[in-house]
Amino acid sequence: MAILIIQILNALFYASVLFLIAAGLSLIFGVMRIVNMAHGSLYAVGAFVTAWLVGRAVALGLPALWLFLLIPLGAAAVALLGAVIEPLLLRPFYRRAEEYQLLVTFGLLLILEDALRFIWGGLPLSADTLMDAVPSIRLGGLIYPGYNLVVIGVGAGAAVALWAVIYRTKFGVMLRATSQDRRMASALGLNVGVVYVSAFAIGCFMAGLGGAIIVPSQAAVLGMGINALVLAFVVVVIGGLGSLQGALVGALVVSFVRTAGIQFFPEIELAVLYLIAALVLLVKPTGLFGSA
Amino acid sequence: MKADAPAVNYRSELTLAAVAAAVFVALALLPPYIGLYQTQLLTYGLIAAIAALGFNLLLGYTGLLSFGHSAFFGIGAYAVAFLLRDLKIQSMEGYLVLGLPIVALASALFGYISVRHTRIFFGILTLALSQVLYSLALKLFWVTGGTDGLRVARPSLLFGLFSFTGAGSFQRFIDTYYYYVLVIFAACVILMWVIVHSPFGKALQAIRDNETRAAFIGLRIRRFRLISFTISGTFTGLAGILWAPLNGLATPDVLYWPFSGEIVFTALLGGFRNFAGPIVGGIVFTYLKTYAVATTEYWQALLGTVLVLLVIVLPTGIVGALSLLASKFGARAKS
Amino acid sequence: MTILLQTIDLRKQFGETRACDGVNFIVHQGEFLSLIGSNGAGKTSLVNLISAHLRPDSGRILFEGKDITHATVSGRIKAGIARSFQIVNLFDGLTVFDNVALSIFSRQGKTARMASPANHDREVRDEGLEVLGQFGLRDKSGIAAGGLAQGERKLLDVAIAYALRPKLLFLDEPTSGVSTRDKAQIMDTVSQIVRAGTVTAVIVEHDMDVVFRYSDRIVMMHEGSFLADGTPEEIKANKDVANILLGVPLSA
Repeated sequence: MAILIIQILNALFYASVLFLIAAGLSLIFGVMRIVNMAHGSLYAVGAFVTAWLVGRAVALGLPALWLFLLIPLGAAAVALLGAVIEPLLLRPFYRRAEEYQLLVTFGLLLILEDALRFIWGGLPLSADTLMDAVPSIRLGGLIYPGYNLVVIGVGAGAAVALWAVIYRTKFGVMLRATSQDRRMASALGLNVGVVYVSAFAIGCFMAGLGGAIIVPSQAAVLGMGINALVLAFVVVVIGGLGSLQGALVGALVVSFVRTAGIQFFPEIELAVLYLIAALVLLVKPTGLFGSA
Repeated sequence: MKADAPAVNYRSELTLAAVAAAVFVALALLPPYIGLYQTQLLTYGLIAAIAALGFNLLLGYTGLLSFGHSAFFGIGAYAVAFLLRDLKIQSMEGYLVLGLPIVALASALFGYISVRHTRIFFGILTLALSQVLYSLALKLFWVTGGTDGLRVARPSLLFGLFSFTGAGSFQRFIDTYYYYVLVIFAACVILMWVIVHSPFGKALQAIRDNETRAAFIGLRIRRFRLISFTISGTFTGLAGILWAPLNGLATPDVLYWPFSGEIVFTALLGGFRNFAGPIVGGIVFTYLKTYAVATTEYWQALLGTVLVLLVIVLPTGIVGALSLLASKFGARAKS
Repeated sequence: MTILLQTIDLRKQFGETRACDGVNFIVHQGEFLSLIGSNGAGKTSLVNLISAHLRPDSGRILFEGKDITHATVSGRIKAGIARSFQIVNLFDGLTVFDNVALSIFSRQGKTARMASPANHDREVRDEGLEVLGQFGLRDKSGIAAGGLAQGERKLLDVAIAYALRPKLLFLDEPTSGVSTRDKAQIMDTVSQIVRAGTVTAVIVEHDMDVVFRYSDRIVMMHEGSFLADGTPEEIKANKDVANILLGVPLSA
């Protein structure tokens, strides 16, 4: 029984991370109609930067609880990167054919992956200190890392915060207006450029946050970006691109299937996920909550 | 009554055929002049050109950007390895006869899932696809040899007429295999040319240009896309089949997503809006990559940077830019 | 006159808006019919329903006596219904000739052919050139469709639909955004092919001069249903029609 609860918690843990990545991807697509192929790499950047910050902080002797501040800091670094990328690399291509946008972000993916390798080499970078700072809990005779519960909390909190921003704030109205009709929004006086760069930065923040909160639990390794990207893609395929609920539901589905998969058929868990995505698409071509 | 442009212009087709024949002859005469290593490199280049040619049927002519074409290349390569290891087949013709239906089937299957969607979802699905195969190749290592890959011995060519064992066999293999690949390459080019200029090819382009209107002149969009996808994957799979004996090894790298990116890159480099673009791109890229990999460990970043620059500066690729220059030069010459 | 197309109680609703509110539309063989009405009256929706661009909420569509309500787009084209769109919809990357030839290939079921170049097919080539000639585009046949002037694009748009040799041709605002001279060319050409007895045409139009000049019969839609149906003279005399078009309230 305790094992079942642990598995469920693991699934929720991973779902939180996946949700952050997928929600960021979906937000960017919803507002800007761009699929950022480098989104997974930005998640990896968040992981590496945070792990590195933790390493430096520990070396400087900072107390453990302070280390928690580094997580949003790592995410913010990725957001900053995004705020630089959007006007420089993406804005020139909005009017061009979609293929070119995909190609540019794909080029960015290649550059970022090698940049990570260049800066931090091929070895994994961990941040266990942060994880150890949270006391473990007892579950019916078994010990479970309390940190994972923190992550689940962050995931849930992010979902609520994102929902609140999009549906309850003036900025959210601007986001939604621009996503519905860019030209109209611009004609009404909205600074579309500001909305775009903000939306992109928020999306990158989410991805970076995903990387930042997972790194204490799983060391940052090369290739984590593309793995995350593929899973995030499966999430938005199932949940629907551009939908917040879709990202949540999709993340839960993918995470639970993956957790079960790792238990029972580890070699083919990715194939099983793909199969599920394909099945969902057969029934509902735009995903469960997606619109054309 | 004027002499109209679309009147069957046999003359321009004959000119084209003459130019192609000249290029073919030139390629056939090259090996003694360029040496063994360059011949081998050029063989890789021709293989890359075949892969790119197949890929571009989907991108340039049907308007679908696939990020997972490495899947078909890899299936072709591993098919050869499995045919050797499990069925003890050692003939190149055996690999072709048995391998082609395998890649065709795989393309049709993946195509069936993917072409129900376009653009972004299509790109996502194809990327995820190649990743799934990659993860399978890695994890099912007792079947696929994992990261070590599977050895592919030199096959016999032309139903056993040429076999390569013993001293000096490497050199003889390269010398002979180059021509083998060259002939198949020529056949692929001709076949693809006819396909894209056929009514079917025109229908694909119509679907690419205006999906709604294409439906409203009676074209079954999904069916055409599926057929295009299948042909495209088969060509790229054929390249994989040809590649495995040359490389001597079938490894998961050719299923990994960066390899898909390379295929996309070759089409962009040469220019995906015209027929010859991918051919030029495939050959040029092979040389570029060889020298890039030899120069720096971070050639992926180099590739990415060049990709971005290409999109910004030279979106029509090498051939596109050349033909633009040629027409400007021609216009100036006339005035 | 034989009935070519008949809709029975056709309904389509978008949220609160009733685009088609129990429409009973009849088109006779060989006539040149204009569908008029203010914006949002439901004209394009009706055309969309008949051409399978939209699925009806309820009702039936009969073509030559056969029920085509559930036929797909390609099914309806095979049956003999073709249409053009309000916004010009061409294959910009293909030549003018290829744009038209493709309709012919499609009609003749030759689009699966991969084994020989398209321009080797003399039958299609000759017919394609003939159609282009009818629309005055013959000398532009070799250039890419994307390079045509606006009026020529409209002509090509109609030509592509016509090359399907439909029995019933729907043209959605064939003269919008086009100069007066080009309007005449488009409408004269369509009128000719209707007179020649090869096609029945239904056009959705706002230009009342064009409508009165060329139509055999005019049908007016208003808020999803038919308000008036008659010859140009009858319609001109109809007060309700005049009121709608001039924005004055309907007579009780």
